Amino acid sequence: MADKPLDIDQKSCKGCGICYSLCPKKAITGDIRGKVVLSAPDLCSRCGICESHCPDYAIFVRREKK
Amino acid sequence: MRPDLQHLFRMEKLPHIWCPGCGHGIITRAIAEAINESGIDLDKTVIVSGIGCSSRAPGYMNFDTLHTLHGRALAFATGVKLANPELNVFVITGDGDATAIGGNHFIHAARRNIDLTVILFNNNIYGMTGGQYSPLTPTGKMAATSPYGNPENNFDVAALAIAAGASFVARGTAFHDKLLVNSIKEGIKNKGFSLIEALSMCPTSYGRRNKMGSAADMIKHLKDNAVNVVTAQKLPPEKLEGKFLIGTLHYKPYREFTEEYDKLIARVQKEGK
Repeated sequence: MADKPLDIDQKSCKGCGICYSLCPKKAITGDIRGKVVLSAPDLCSRCGICESHCPDYAIFVRREKK
Repeated sequence: MRPDLQHLFRMEKLPHIWCPGCGHGIITRAIAEAINESGIDLDKTVIVSGIGCSSRAPGYMNFDTLHTLHGRALAFATGVKLANPELNVFVITGDGDATAIGGNHFIHAARRNIDLTVILFNNNIYGMTGGQYSPLTPTGKMAATSPYGNPENNFDVAALAIAAGASFVARGTAFHDKLLVNSIKEGIKNKGFSLIEALSMCPTSYGRRNKMGSAADMIKHLKDNAVNVVTAQKLPPEKLEGKFLIGTLHYKPYREFTEEYDKLIARVQKEGK
């Protein structure tokens, strides 16, 4: 498998739940405190909806360089 | 944070103070993305704000920023722009800041059609001071100062700006971030008063009182109730009931204030000789 598709900054995450409720592939979920975790990296399509809708800038999508 | 946007933020000030699920962070990032993509000179960009949750945003942005008095952001921005018309002046303001205490500045800045790009963060409430209702709180909604529902009518701020004379008016939401970025880019290009109303969500002060669910439910509410202005033209009126329009609502460039003022200075200097 290639390297992980998302970088998650756990310190910045406030656990609002917007990212994993919008994720079309359900690749990310909330942990016990509601904070985001990358639970299924294989499902992630790197669409970037979590990155652009994170109010706390805690997610960064690793895009392949063209 | 995307590495290509980090130079636009004061990274040492982050994470910000906004509540979990607040839409303001999404809109602030959209502003940074629009500035980045439009390619304007960052050293000639000034961001002015008033008071409120929204007005904290310039504190996190790596530009020349002014955090001014409540409601007076547009008055300060008018001064900055007139003193140095080559600057790109942005105003970040909230619904209460722009339409209640700064209502007069708002209509007169629009009337002058001065070249400012105004991004109005509309979360329907005064979030910072504990959830008092603002002129943009919809009728019937609960707030700290309207425990039985807001009895007043609310403004349609886009219609207000169009009537007052703004040359570019658009609306985006925290969900429709691509549309918001494009609207802000068009607002930067427009030579004149540009208002971009950015609908945000306040889960703490507004959503909680009005039983709108979590931040995720509120962003879905924005998604489900927004209708693009182009699509809306083809829809029958009954399908638009309870919905709001997004996209470019008005674009009609006309004489801009700083240019006219420079012409006036040149004329008077010529006549004085």
